[in-house]
Amino acid sequence: MENPLNQFAIKTLIPIHVGKYDISFTNSSLFLLLTFLAIVLLFFFGTARKAVVPGRLQSSAEMLYEFTANMVEDNAGHGSAIYVPFVMSIFLVILFGNVLGLIPFGFTITSHIIVTAAMSLMIFTVVVLLALKNHGLGFFKMFFPPGAPIAMAPLLIPIEVLSFVFRPISLSVRLFANMMAGHVMLQLFAGFTIALGIAGILPLTFIVLLTGFEILVALLQAYVFALLTSIYLKDTLEAH
Amino acid sequence: MDAASAKLIGAGLAVIGMGVVGIGLGLIFNAWLHALGRNPSAAPVLRQMGFLGFALTEALALFAFVLAILILLNVL
Repeated sequence: MENPLNQFAIKTLIPIHVGKYDISFTNSSLFLLLTFLAIVLLFFFGTARKAVVPGRLQSSAEMLYEFTANMVEDNAGHGSAIYVPFVMSIFLVILFGNVLGLIPFGFTITSHIIVTAAMSLMIFTVVVLLALKNHGLGFFKMFFPPGAPIAMAPLLIPIEVLSFVFRPISLSVRLFANMMAGHVMLQLFAGFTIALGIAGILPLTFIVLLTGFEILVALLQAYVFALLTSIYLKDTLEAH
Repeated sequence: MDAASAKLIGAGLAVIGMGVVGIGLGLIFNAWLHALGRNPSAAPVLRQMGFLGFALTEALALFAFVLAILILLNVL
């Protein structure tokens, strides 16, 4: 059987070299571009007419906006409305990237850890810098839970610091592992289907169910990524 | 024991974590259904927290799965 990780290979479509840097247009860039175009077109045509009774496109654009705005409002608390564009951009890129990757012969941009790690490190940097800006040195109080006895400090502070530093790692690996594992599993069962001949109808049935589950995972992971982003952004607003 | 069979055993040991995550997911859905049965009006809040718990727990199973794949395919 073919190595199931080959489906994630990056293929150069248009080679571009600037100096010693390789900035070629690859299949990953192509799907990032498609994600961008899908989002921009949805919101361009969704908000073009501004009807009082919204049509299908306008409804989907409005629902996506209201969903994100409510999620940020509920989880990041008072004064978090300025973060809605940031969280919504991240949510939409991951959502469309995940779903476009489920199209046969497509490429999932979020199945590469470099993409998800870049996003989560950006979020981590934004959270740390904004928290330092808003709270000053009071930011470091969040590493010591209020009300805990002071004698516990040598034990609690390293744990809290570790869990804070582990955030971007778990955020990026969760999304990447979900996408990669789903696609590897689909390919493994596709291999079984061919190898088993007529009995391959059983793994084929399972693939159909698994595709449905993968659509759920694609939506859920985009939601969880945006939800955790808004929970992390709460640290920049509220003093601990 | 040669390196190839040790690798297979290691990959098998790595996916034990997935079984433990199965217990964890069972506990989450157990608590979710209990809470829904006791207070059906709290469904919107419970749905959000339930999905969050599901995704956070399921990610651990996938870490184990990715590790096993990496061991099997000689990446590590």
